Amino acid sequence: MNRDWLKDTKSEYDVIVIGSGLAGLTCANMLARGGHSILLLEHHYNLGGLATWFKRKGGHIFDISLHGFPVGMIKTCRKYWTPEIADSIVQLKGIRLDNPQFSLTTTYDSDDFKRVMQEHFKIPRETIDNFVSALRGMNFYDDQTMTTRELFENFFPGRHDIVRMIMEPITYANGSTLDDPAITYGIVFSNFLNKGVYTFQGGTDKIIGMMRAELIKNGVDIRTKCLVEKIGIEDKKIAGVVANGKMIKGKAVVSNGNLLSTIHKLVGDENFSESFIEEAKKVRLNNSSCQVYMGIKKGEKIDYIGDLLFTSETEKFDSEELRSKNTTSRTFSIYYPQTRPGSDMFSVVASTNANYEDWANLSEKEYRAAKENLVQRTLNALEKYVPKIRDKVDHLEAATPKTFQRYTLHLSGASFGTKFEGLKVSMGLPKEIPGLFHTGSVGIIMSGWLGAANYGVIVAHDVDKFLSAGVRNA
Amino acid sequence: MTKEEIKSVLMEIVAQIIPDEDLTNLKGDIPIREQVELDSMDFLDIIMELRKRYGIEVPEDDYMQLATIDSSVAYLEPRMRDL
Repeated sequence: MNRDWLKDTKSEYDVIVIGSGLAGLTCANMLARGGHSILLLEHHYNLGGLATWFKRKGGHIFDISLHGFPVGMIKTCRKYWTPEIADSIVQLKGIRLDNPQFSLTTTYDSDDFKRVMQEHFKIPRETIDNFVSALRGMNFYDDQTMTTRELFENFFPGRHDIVRMIMEPITYANGSTLDDPAITYGIVFSNFLNKGVYTFQGGTDKIIGMMRAELIKNGVDIRTKCLVEKIGIEDKKIAGVVANGKMIKGKAVVSNGNLLSTIHKLVGDENFSESFIEEAKKVRLNNSSCQVYMGIKKGEKIDYIGDLLFTSETEKFDSEELRSKNTTSRTFSIYYPQTRPGSDMFSVVASTNANYEDWANLSEKEYRAAKENLVQRTLNALEKYVPKIRDKVDHLEAATPKTFQRYTLHLSGASFGTKFEGLKVSMGLPKEIPGLFHTGSVGIIMSGWLGAANYGVIVAHDVDKFLSAGVRNA
Repeated sequence: MTKEEIKSVLMEIVAQIIPDEDLTNLKGDIPIREQVELDSMDFLDIIMELRKRYGIEVPEDDYMQLATIDSSVAYLEPRMRDL
């Protein structure tokens, strides 16, 4: 018999949150703290969206997106979650870049970045300071006509090596390219440059577990394995959602699903103005990803080679090469036992950017072969940093854009949300349909752990405003 | 509420949102953000707290009026006078 995952839900909630990515979780937590009744629906059996993990035989745990985030996450967790969650954040000090143009290790914080730029790239201190303060001064409402390429050309004309140093890590972090607005680069890079790169000690499973406990404490009704099929609209206003075939009423709905599937699929174009749909159609999705998960045998170890390795065999930075199926540009995230204190296990996750189209149309046989090829090429590349890696691993597995699509339900397996124009469309939803909101990775700047969590708070603020006005007018 | 009470409430809210900052020498006529580390998320938290505690809605167009402590008190006084 099928279990009823929506057994005993209330007939109506103040807010129904669709999806439990970091933005959805944080939005739900803030609204619950504000005294609103919240139903949180997640189609998967785990919470977290892309902030997720999986376990495999042999004692392996693999983190999907725990590669590093800016220090701002400490403050965000302290304010919008709990001091305990904030206190579990630690710095990742060994950031290594290795490619045909240069090979260096940095903490990637402001001071060390300036040192590297001076010593390694021979850039005058004044130019570096001017560059850093130009980035710091950028706001999302500033002029967005300047591209990231133009910004770099202004400060470091003709320096392809510097472009790689300052762009490649960000491309892995949020899928952006040199053609994206300079402000999106400036905001994200400044966040990282502030104090370097941080992670959660204890792993994704621990953090999401702590967040789940906090949501329950604050009274959020959490339902996993519940797929939302439709957002209900009546008289041009929010009525509720249909999940697992059941209609549940809500005064407001926050979708933490992909922006475009929220508009076109969950709500339906007929419920929006023509001009809004025109704008929505112009929103470009960001690219997807591939990953290779390598579990080191129990008892085996790997020497410390850094925490985050940005490696490439390609001559210079090229965002198309980075997304191509046979790219040699990948990030290795190395998880030592201290990632999960008390554990004695090591693992490595290799991530590359990827195009959905390169993987979606393969036959079953071609797809399997392409995945195996990806695993073998990744092992060959890792051999340079971890000799005899093949003797040390006892679990190998690959994820492709199809895998990302299956687990997140994001169109084309988009793993970084949308390009910049998506932010305006996301924020414009409530003007089209009162009570309808979207939160999640959009506009590049609202992407990643910090961007998503903060966007969850911003949207919670708007939802709270909407609900308070409803109470006053009642 | 009197102007003095509004000021003390405001200071309490700011202190709660940025607990690591020393607010004892905060000048009333200079923008708060020029004196202490207060980012746009912190500012949003102040707006949210005013709504939660007193039901005051500050429209986005009026955010500029909350730049300094003095201008905030002046802006909030007519809205909090009868609380």
